[in-house]
Amino acid sequence: MREELLAIIEKNSRIDLKELAVILGVEEIDVVNEIAALEAEGVICGYHTLINWEKTSIEKVTALIEVRVTPQRGQGFDSVAERIYKYPEVRSVYLISGGFDLMVILEGKSLREVSTFVSEKLSTLDAVLSTATHFILKKYKDHGCAIGQKKEDEREMITP
Amino acid sequence: MRNPLSDTIVNIKPSGIRKFFDIVSEMNDPEVISLGVGEPDFDTPWHIRDEGIYSLERGRTFYTSNSGLMELRKEICSYMQRRQNVSYDAAHEVLITVGGSEAIDIGLRAMVDSGDEVLIPQPSYVSYEPCAILAGAKPVIIDLKAENEFRLTAQELEDAITEKTKILILPFPNNPTGAIMERKDLEAVAEVVLKHDLYVLSDEIYGELTYKGEHVSIVCIPGMRERTILINGFSKAYAMTGWRLGYACGPANIIQQMTKIHQFAIMCAPTTSQYAAVDALKNGDGDIAEMRSAYNQRRRYLLDAFRRMGLECFEPYGAFYVFPCIKEFGMTSDEFATKFLEEEKVAVVPGTAFGDSGEGFLRISYAYSLENLKVAIGRLERFVAKLRSLG
Repeated sequence: MREELLAIIEKNSRIDLKELAVILGVEEIDVVNEIAALEAEGVICGYHTLINWEKTSIEKVTALIEVRVTPQRGQGFDSVAERIYKYPEVRSVYLISGGFDLMVILEGKSLREVSTFVSEKLSTLDAVLSTATHFILKKYKDHGCAIGQKKEDEREMITP
Repeated sequence: MRNPLSDTIVNIKPSGIRKFFDIVSEMNDPEVISLGVGEPDFDTPWHIRDEGIYSLERGRTFYTSNSGLMELRKEICSYMQRRQNVSYDAAHEVLITVGGSEAIDIGLRAMVDSGDEVLIPQPSYVSYEPCAILAGAKPVIIDLKAENEFRLTAQELEDAITEKTKILILPFPNNPTGAIMERKDLEAVAEVVLKHDLYVLSDEIYGELTYKGEHVSIVCIPGMRERTILINGFSKAYAMTGWRLGYACGPANIIQQMTKIHQFAIMCAPTTSQYAAVDALKNGDGDIAEMRSAYNQRRRYLLDAFRRMGLECFEPYGAFYVFPCIKEFGMTSDEFATKFLEEEKVAVVPGTAFGDSGEGFLRISYAYSLENLKVAIGRLERFVAKLRSLG
């Protein structure tokens, strides 16, 4: 049931435990124990909400930053990555194959805030060789959800 | 002026589904939620649609051979081999049709002469009986029973057979009941089929949507491949209803005659759909697994909800329908469904739309998201409580 459970709560972490047990065909206590185990093992790392901030009055700017770095002896990219992800404005850091090393996803209140972070904090790190910042203009799809699109049921009401 | 119409056609009674569809359409009420559809709520997986689009881009817009693309027929054979461990010859034993529906029609037409009897277990899909009549045969109904979980028993089959019986239609996993036939059930039926030298038209369009073990086709039972036309298609398993693509596998002599009718009446199945279907068979196993798992979750949800409200329902292991019993309310299926629609604005299909033996039952489809099902079930719970308090 582990994989099926994860597939369900990845899409809907707010699902009622009773209902989860019913649709998985197991007892509620088994679901509770399994989720506890998944949390303890670090398989489940958190429960988040996908928000379309554009529909709120809060302004946010998101940037993807390609970062080339010098790996550190004995630690590879890990220590640089950690140095970067400690900043709270950094949403995600990934080690990437290809033309650059780290992909940093940054969220700020304004263009200026993001630029300041890049020029004053990120670029000035010793290990950072270069950065290329891409601002996100519009989100079409995020976490598997087409943003702002509501799907209508186009089927006939009754079919054999 | 002379009467322009054929008596045969005029005398076929219109589909019970149609009647209910008209009632719902006339209401034209945006608050109505439907649990009445017989098609998946999923979109066709994108990689399959993409292949369809790509085939158009490349200008593959001509007829295919009458039997269908050889590449597709080969993929079907490979699918039958890997799923059911049965071999078919792509050149002579497979025909691509316009949906499973066409295969039912031409399969019957290729096999019966006037007066032959065709056994049709009911409740079942609406087109078997009219197709048998159009083929000139005499439909003989076998009423399936709730106490057998709507499976066909050897005894029921035996009791319906006469000297004129030629074909048994085997509609499992079943629309509307959700019933399946497991290997032991098929073995018992196959014995009777062999004894009386019958042929079988096995409609396995819901085969992939089985929630208790793997689907077993009747062609796996020894001696049955030689006397069975197996019908399947892409509509249910791959959510491809609108593509209108199905197929028939069977003995070469029958497929040859079916191909003759198909060639004169249809020419060939839609080319774009055929290219898309090749990709469905090659790369679609994962999609099926994902959809099946979602259907199974909803199935469990509905059965649990019925249990909680004390609504009698056997556990169906196939398709995407549940078939609860509403006899306790002292209404016909039609009355119940109509009242439920009027008072709670939920459309379900009366069991009688699929044969008289569906009386006292409703077909509830779970080809809807859990969120939608929850709203509808809430209304059903309220409705049932109201009826009982009046009761």
